[in-house]
Amino acid sequence: MQRKQVLSLVLTGLLTIVWNSAVLADEFTQQDLKLWQDEYMAAVKAGRDVFTDSKLGSNGVVCAQCHPNGANTHPETYPKFQKQLGKVTQLWEMVNWCIRNPLEGKNLAADDPKMTAILTYITHERRGKKLTPGKH
Amino acid sequence: MKRRNFLKGAGALMAGGVLPISLIEVAFGKSSHENFTFAYISDSHIQQIKGNKFVRNFDRGLIQAVAECNMMDPKPDFVIYGGDLAQLGSKPEIDHGLDIMSACKHKIHYVMGEHDYYLDLGEYWESQLGPQWYSFDHKGVHFVVLNSIIVDEKWTNKWSSGEERMGVMAGLDNPLGSPFMVGAAQRAWLKKDLSKVSKDTPLVVLSHSPLQKIYKGWNFWTDDAEQIQAILKPFKKVNVFYGHVHQIQYNQIGNISFHSVMATAWPWPYPSTYSQASSHLPKLTVEMNRADPFFERDATGWQFIDVWSGNTSMHLQLPENNTRTLAYNKKRKRPEDTQYQSNRIPPQKHY
Repeated sequence: MQRKQVLSLVLTGLLTIVWNSAVLADEFTQQDLKLWQDEYMAAVKAGRDVFTDSKLGSNGVVCAQCHPNGANTHPETYPKFQKQLGKVTQLWEMVNWCIRNPLEGKNLAADDPKMTAILTYITHERRGKKLTPGKH
Repeated sequence: MKRRNFLKGAGALMAGGVLPISLIEVAFGKSSHENFTFAYISDSHIQQIKGNKFVRNFDRGLIQAVAECNMMDPKPDFVIYGGDLAQLGSKPEIDHGLDIMSACKHKIHYVMGEHDYYLDLGEYWESQLGPQWYSFDHKGVHFVVLNSIIVDEKWTNKWSSGEERMGVMAGLDNPLGSPFMVGAAQRAWLKKDLSKVSKDTPLVVLSHSPLQKIYKGWNFWTDDAEQIQAILKPFKKVNVFYGHVHQIQYNQIGNISFHSVMATAWPWPYPSTYSQASSHLPKLTVEMNRADPFFERDATGWQFIDVWSGNTSMHLQLPENNTRTLAYNKKRKRPEDTQYQSNRIPPQKHY
């Protein structure tokens, strides 16, 4: 067999693999996209509910009392060095700081569904803003 | 009293700490003998947890304001309370707020805030404090107090309970809320009240919401603002002081100077920080710095206001910030920051 023929066979084989995997890959359908968007918006709504939930802390104070529409939470600037904590901090750590202090409540786990909901809501309210991690 | 003495007194107080109250000097009476000062405390949002437990942070803000008001030298002739004494308008909250206020040694005139009102439409407040709108004269100055936070009857009556209505209105950003207004009945009363006042009498108008339109989404807004401004227009010297916004705002519309007063409870972000909507913060306003969340009294600082020329000068002493003066510029006929008006610093430069 000549060298050229071998190369052509290999190429054909490769093309077949590429072709097959394209066919087998998961496709985004409109249905998928709608489902994912709906799930996301449900988390935004759940986040708004937690953000205005007087039971989140122990004293009835709610997040939205100081942060109408999630304003002044600037999620686009995290992670950043938080002077008062003396380290680079993620947004969920600052959310817990607020829960412990003005709300006189207890920390949520980083992956607590309520924390996910809060982070989804306040990030949604800042959508479209350029990411500026580390900025003050 | 000479202004220098007054400032000296204020300076001594400044050294003592940060005062979450406003002291206002009015020196535009008929003669210099009629100069006087009054203090201004606003937006304490006393919030009940359960029984006799209340949110400590908000109690402390008001307790500090009253204590420092009592230490003022010279003593203010009276105190204005700018509204939102309570958070959810309940009897225990109003009682507890008035209990703290009772330590104040001066006569107090109260303004109605939406947090005092929407549980029972001001019934309990009125039973303790008297009419929701009124006027009085003091040493040549005519003071008008308005209830600027009422809304239309349809909205007011559509709720299943006062608690539900109060809960909705207590959320500043709650989309189910409704824009504030003074309303036709009070506008008619205001016209009648001012018909007895000569046009060169200085006016001080006290409202809870701004009598100007800034951002509807958070009710930094009074829906019939233009109609009220029209009623005030014939008067030569008009000063409007309002609470509600928990931040520094000032503006000039024609003959009317507008100044907000600080809250004792907590600061609010400027509407411009909500990136999904546009606001109309007066261009004149140089924003205060972003509050430090780790310092619970930050941006609840005190201001001392003098109106001695018939126009307002506001002196702001905020923690961890340079002192600011918003003085009336006679040439440009508007209040201006003496330091930052044309040389604005980004508010994010500090907390």
